[in-house]
Amino acid sequence: MDFSAVFRVALKALARNKLRTILTMLGIIIGVGAVICTVAIGEGASNAVQEQLRSLGDNMIFISAGSVNSHGVRMGSQATKTLTVEDAQAIGQIPFIKAVTPGVGTSVQVVYKDQNWYTSIRGNAPSYFEIREWPVVEGIPFSQRDVEAAANVCVLGQTIVENLFVDGENPIGKMIRIQNIPFRVIGVLARKGQSPWGHDEDDTIIAPYTTVQKKLAGISWIQYVMASATSVKTIPAAEQQIEALLRQRHHLRPNEDDDFIIRSTIDIANARAQSARILTLLLASIASVSLLVGGIGIMNIMLVSVTERTREIGVRMAVGATEDDVQMQFLSEAVVLSLLGGALGIVFGIFGSMLVSGMLHWPTLIPPQAIAIAVLFSAGVGVFFGYYPARKAARLDPIEALRYE
Amino acid sequence: MPEGLLQSQAGFVHRLAGSMPVIQVENLHKTYDLGEVQVHALRGISLEVYPGEFVAIMGASGSGKSTFMNLIGCLDRPTRGRYLLDGQDVSEFSKIELAHIRNRKIGFVFQGFNLLSRTSALENVELPMIYSGISHQDRIERAREALRSVGLEGREEHHPSQLSGGQQQRVAIARALVNHPSLVVADEPTGNLDSRTSVEIMDIFQRLNAEQNITVLLVTHEPDIARYAKRIVLFRDGKIRRDSVVEDRLDASQTLLDLPAVEDDDEEA
Repeated sequence: MDFSAVFRVALKALARNKLRTILTMLGIIIGVGAVICTVAIGEGASNAVQEQLRSLGDNMIFISAGSVNSHGVRMGSQATKTLTVEDAQAIGQIPFIKAVTPGVGTSVQVVYKDQNWYTSIRGNAPSYFEIREWPVVEGIPFSQRDVEAAANVCVLGQTIVENLFVDGENPIGKMIRIQNIPFRVIGVLARKGQSPWGHDEDDTIIAPYTTVQKKLAGISWIQYVMASATSVKTIPAAEQQIEALLRQRHHLRPNEDDDFIIRSTIDIANARAQSARILTLLLASIASVSLLVGGIGIMNIMLVSVTERTREIGVRMAVGATEDDVQMQFLSEAVVLSLLGGALGIVFGIFGSMLVSGMLHWPTLIPPQAIAIAVLFSAGVGVFFGYYPARKAARLDPIEALRYE
Repeated sequence: MPEGLLQSQAGFVHRLAGSMPVIQVENLHKTYDLGEVQVHALRGISLEVYPGEFVAIMGASGSGKSTFMNLIGCLDRPTRGRYLLDGQDVSEFSKIELAHIRNRKIGFVFQGFNLLSRTSALENVELPMIYSGISHQDRIERAREALRSVGLEGREEHHPSQLSGGQQQRVAIARALVNHPSLVVADEPTGNLDSRTSVEIMDIFQRLNAEQNITVLLVTHEPDIARYAKRIVLFRDGKIRRDSVVEDRLDASQTLLDLPAVEDDDEEA
């Protein structure tokens, strides 16, 4: 018997008892549907994390001043004074780095007319806007000349605009007071939303780092350097070079710890992706328990079917069916049952994940491999749980089977 | 007349014609081992059946006739002895080989019809050909032809539940014939039928036997039915008790003419 004939015979046998067939398939449908749904939610979540991390910046490497250990007393990070503007400039010379900015920051009270707001100000170079891929949408960013002149100019995040310019006034060109020092607003940043850590990115003011260093923080050193690598692939090499360069510039002996910390979006992305993957795996394995239950359902029904059709098996054997023919027939029924269930389960899974993203506004994504795996898995369930009943049918003695009432 | 003479007479005609027996059984034994007791169902059966014979196997229940039929039908293997079907020794065949032999050389007709339910008459007749690898187109053609030969033209798409007992048995006969077997084994084919339908079925067997020279082995416990055969073999206690030619053979087509019309025979006989 050729394969399509076997398939047709199996379909026909299943069509004879439609309600039972559908109820049996339900286990597989729910199982596959649940797996597809959870994988879609998991993939969607990890995809969203990746997107968010990409929003951190363009292949960003973040070098922050390290903790200092003076006579056993360790201060927090960014406590050292060893990271300098010159370090940032030297990092900018590394071939794998395409942009760099020194960074200082402090918390400030800002005042405009009768409104005031407590926020953080960041001192950076103009390249900051490229590295973070964060454009100025109104006005203009400050220039290298502003940096050299330590000009009192600033660019505002959207949250600052909302809290200081309450009646919809255009902030461009207005003077605001930061720690009582007048600053001219020359630009407004695009809305960035939340950072991957849930912090409001728009609640910030960006100014030339020289201005912040001298007039607000009162320091000569810098707290961090942000650099942009030429591509994702060069990030690890760039990180190594930065470490070597900074150790050399800071005259650190081989047994001394780094006095700086290097992190990149890759590190963060990897950690995030790892946890997302574990979560997906956990959910999918819970869902696949229902696949197992569905498989047991198939086995149960196939055993009933073999008993019910004992006479049919006897007749088939009498007219020349071999053990293999009978086994093939019942096995193919189980496989067709589980494959049909799997196909319907995929449809339900896709539908379900659309429902989840529609109603709960969770991002979902169905990877094509998940569908392929679902098909293979349900066929596997059919073979595994169909084998024993099929074997039982094939082992029947034709004489006994023909006499069966 | 002495039994031995009759037996040799039955075979004598064919030996003269030089044909090979369809069934050649030598000292066949079958013992069922039921743990502590051993049941000797057959205790040395020797029999020859030639092409074109119509043999009725008779005997009380427990006489061994069912066991014998299972062996002749290649559903089981003998404990001892030889069984040559069409000159081929099948007594040592494997299960797979026996399945192939059943498929090509033997047609079964059962008491309970044993048709697949919710399956059309045509598909029921197709069944043996599915296992002999005949193409779909040829299967349908041959199944239609077989149904026509048993007078069921136009009933191809009917399911067993839509057919009378006699019609169902005719579908079963068509199924038995469709692979052109060497031998048709009919196990109490009239056991579930009323007397008129029984005669109708015997008429079919007689016509197939006469017109197409099909060898028929019929198991029955009804002496009336056995008289439609050409030869009667009587079993008792696992041995052949008597083997005789039917002297006053009945002609089913004649009996049918003599029977009252169907309308009057509506009640169960």
